[in-house]
Amino acid sequence: MDSLYFLIPIAVIFVTIAVKLFFWAVNSGQYDDLETEGRRILFDDDEPRERPSDKDGQGD
Amino acid sequence: MTATSCFHCGLPVPKGSNHSVMIDGAERSMCCPGCEAVAGAIVAGGLDNFYRYRDSSSERPEDASPQPDRWSAYDLPEVQQQYVRDWNSERKLASLLIGGISCAACVWLIEKHLGQLAGVEKVSVNASTQRAQICFDPAAVQPSRLFAELERIGYRPAPATASNSEGMIQSEQRAALRRLGVAGLGTMQVMMFAIALYFGASSGIDGDMERYFRWVSLLVATPVVLYAARPFFSAALRSLRARHLSMDVPVSLAIGLAYAASFYATVFDTGEVYFESISMFTFFLLLGRTVEMRARHRAGLASGGLAQLLPLTAARLDGEDVCNVPVAALAVGDRILLRPGDTIPADGEVIEGESGVDESLLSGEAALQQKTPGSPVYAGSVNGDSTLQVRVTAAGQSTRLSAIERLVERAQLEKPQQVALADRVAGIFVGLVLLAALTAFVVWWQIDTARAFWVALSVLVVTCPCALSLATPAALASATLRLQQLGLLVASGNLLETLPRIGRVVFDKTGTLTRGEPRILRIDLLRDDWDEQRVKDVAAALESQTNHPLARAFRAWRGNVSARDLKVHTGRGLEGVIDGARYRLGRADFAAAVKLEAPAGEGQWLLLADNTGPIAWIALGDGLRSSARAAVAQLEERALQVELLSGDQSAEVARLAGAAGITHFRAGTSPEDKLTHLQQLQAGGQRVLMVGDGLNDVPVLSGADASVAMMSAADLAQSRADAILLNGDLTVLPKAIGLARKARRIVRQNLAWALGYNALALPLAVCGLVPPWAAAIGMSVSSLIVVLNAMRLSRSDAGSGSARESSAAAGAPAGQKSWS
Repeated sequence: MDSLYFLIPIAVIFVTIAVKLFFWAVNSGQYDDLETEGRRILFDDDEPRERPSDKDGQGD
Repeated sequence: MTATSCFHCGLPVPKGSNHSVMIDGAERSMCCPGCEAVAGAIVAGGLDNFYRYRDSSSERPEDASPQPDRWSAYDLPEVQQQYVRDWNSERKLASLLIGGISCAACVWLIEKHLGQLAGVEKVSVNASTQRAQICFDPAAVQPSRLFAELERIGYRPAPATASNSEGMIQSEQRAALRRLGVAGLGTMQVMMFAIALYFGASSGIDGDMERYFRWVSLLVATPVVLYAARPFFSAALRSLRARHLSMDVPVSLAIGLAYAASFYATVFDTGEVYFESISMFTFFLLLGRTVEMRARHRAGLASGGLAQLLPLTAARLDGEDVCNVPVAALAVGDRILLRPGDTIPADGEVIEGESGVDESLLSGEAALQQKTPGSPVYAGSVNGDSTLQVRVTAAGQSTRLSAIERLVERAQLEKPQQVALADRVAGIFVGLVLLAALTAFVVWWQIDTARAFWVALSVLVVTCPCALSLATPAALASATLRLQQLGLLVASGNLLETLPRIGRVVFDKTGTLTRGEPRILRIDLLRDDWDEQRVKDVAAALESQTNHPLARAFRAWRGNVSARDLKVHTGRGLEGVIDGARYRLGRADFAAAVKLEAPAGEGQWLLLADNTGPIAWIALGDGLRSSARAAVAQLEERALQVELLSGDQSAEVARLAGAAGITHFRAGTSPEDKLTHLQQLQAGGQRVLMVGDGLNDVPVLSGADASVAMMSAADLAQSRADAILLNGDLTVLPKAIGLARKARRIVRQNLAWALGYNALALPLAVCGLVPPWAAAIGMSVSSLIVVLNAMRLSRSDAGSGSARESSAAAGAPAGQKSWS
C-alpha cells in the first residue's frame, strides 16, 4: 500500500499535464468548430476526375 | 406534384420543369434555374463530391442576380475598412458571414471552391459560427469576386462587421470549455479517491491512509472550486448586490459551504469530506450551461444585426452624375437612384418614377406597394420592377428600420420575467433550507454544543446540491438535446420552463404558416387549343426578366420557351413576343382590351392574353406549409388557443386561416399593433408562444413569453427568439410543448425524490443511525436515480403517432444522403 504515496502524486502530475494540454488546445482554437473538423478527414481531395466538366453550368 | 425532388435543394420538382444537371454520370433533375446554375457551377469546378459528402439538402438559392456588378460596392476602400484587415504587407484578410451553411460538406465546398481562385491564399470556414476568414492578395483578386463566387455556389455572403461581439463570444466559449475541462478531469480524479474512502469506510482503512486521501482530494478539488466554479460565485455576488436571490446563490452557497466544511474536516481530521460531490455538481452545472450557451451563440452569431439588411453603398445623384457613396455618407435632402432589385438604403420620398416596392420585411404585407412621386419609401424594403429617384428624408438612426430596432429593445425590457419566477422558487427553497439548518443548529446547541455546527452543515450540504443542482439541470439538459433531435434548436434556457404554461400560440402568416413564396394555385383555361403546361411556359418566359415577387411562382418553367422585347408596365403587367406572337400578362384590364370578371376563387388573379383575346386566368397565392394543418389540430388537442396575426390584407389571411383550421385571426396589423395585441393578451393573464419569421415579427418575438423563429427567418428574428425551428416542420411545436410538460413532470418527480430521500435519510444520519458507507451509497444511488429519470426524456417521443411529414416540408429527404 505504501506505493500509493508514490503513485498518486504521479497521477496528479499527469492530470496537471493533461489540463495544460487541454488549455493549449482550447486557446489555439481547436474546439471553436466542433462540427466540421471531425469530418474533414472523410472528404477526399485527390480523387481522379473522370470528366473535367461535361456540362458547363455557367451559361446562366 | 410529382414525386421527384430537386437534387440540390430537396424541394419537389414541379411538373413540366426541364432543369437538370449531369452529376456523377446521371442526369439529376432540378426544381428551378437557381438550383440548376448552382449545381452547374459546383460540377464545373470539379467539386461534385460535395453531393456525396453532404448529409442534408442545400438551401434553395435565389435566382441568378440580374446585376453582375452588385457586389462591386464591397471593393470601395471605405467599405473594405469594415471587414478587411491587413494580414501582412501583401496579403489581406476578409471576414465574411456566410448564410446557407448546413453541414461540414458546405465547409469543404467553400474552401475548395474559393481556394481554386487565383490570388486566394487560404480559406478557413467555421460551420458553427458561419464565419469565413479568407486570406487573399489584393493585387490579384478583389473582395467582390469572393462574394460573387460564393453566391455562384449557392451561399449568401455578407461582410462580418460585428467583429467585437464575435471576439467576446469566442473568448467566453473558450473560457467555458476550459472550466468544463478542469471540472471534468478534477471530478474523475476525486471520484477515484472517494471510492477508496468509501471502501475504507466499509472495510476499514488505516488512519494515515485516510488522511492522505483526504489531502489529495482537497488538492484536486481546490482548482475545481476556485477556478471552474468561479462564474457561479461571481453571478451570486452580482445578484446579491442587486438584492435578489437567483439560482446562483444556493448553488454557490452549497459549493462554498461544502468546500469550507470539507476543508475544515481535512485540516483538523474530523467530520466528513464532500469533495467528490462538490466536483460533480460543478461539472454537471457547467455542462448544462455550456450546452445552452453554445446554442445561444449559434443563434446570435448568425445575426449581423439590422445594419446588414441595408446595402453598403447608395447611388447618389450629384447633378446629372451618379456616384456610388457609402450609405453612412447619405444626408437628408440627397437624391438617390434606385434600380430594380436594389435595397432602399434610407427613408425617403419618391420624386421621379413609378415602381412596386416590396415592404414585406417591414410590414408583413406580401403584395408589392405601388409607389408614385410623392409616396414615402422605407429603408430595408426592396425596389421591384423599375427605376426610382428618391429624395432622402431620414437616414441612419432616424429611419423606420431603426425605429423597429428600438421597439425590439423596448419589448425585451418589458418581456415578462420568467427568470424572476424561477428565482423566486429558488429563493424560497434557500430560505427554507437556511431556516432548517438554523433550527437544527439551535436545537443541537441545547443537546450537544460540539456537534451543532456539523449537524447544521450536513443539512445544508445534503439538501442543496442534490435537489437543486442535479434534479433540474439534468432534466432540462436531456430535454434540450431531445428537442434538438426533433429539429428545434433551443437558445434560451427559459423556454422549457415557459412552454408548459403556454395558453395561446400565435402564428405569423407569411413564411411561417406558409412557405413565404407564391405558387400557382389554379389555372382556368379560356381557349381549347391551350393546355396548362403551355400557359405556364409562356407566363414563365414573360416573367423571366423581372424582380417581381410573383415572378418566382413561374421560375420552374423558365427557359422552356423564350421571349423577346419584354416590357414591364409597372403595377399593371408585362408584355413580350414569343414565336412572333405578342402576349400580355397581368391585370385583366391591361392584358385584354375586353372587360372580364376574374373567376371566383382564392388568390391573386392574373390574365394571360394575346392580340386575339384572353387565353387563361392564373391564380397565384402563398401556399400553406404541408405541416400547418396537422400542427394546428395537434395544438388544439392539447387545449391551446391558436391565433393568426398578420400584416397582410384580410381576404388572404382569412383564406389561409381557413385552410389551416385557425378560427381566430387578425389582418393588417403593424409591428406596433402586434406588440400591443400581445401585451393585451399577457395583461389578461395568458402566456403566449409566438411563432414568426419576418423582421416585422421581431418586436413580438422579443416580447412574447416564449418565441420560435423559422430557420428561413430574418437573422434578427432568429437571434431574438428563444428557439429556432430547423426543418420547417410545424408539428414539432406540439411535440415540443408535450416534451416540455413531460420535462416539468420529471423535474417535479426528481425534486420530490431528492427531498423525500433527504428528509428521510438526514434525521437518521443525524441521529447516528446510518453508517457513513451506507450514506455514501445512498447518496450515489439517489443521484443516479435522478439522472436516469431525466434521461428518459432524451428517448421519449412526445406526441408520437403523427405521421412524419413528407419530404415536401423543406426537410432533408432521406434518399438524398447517399448515391453512387
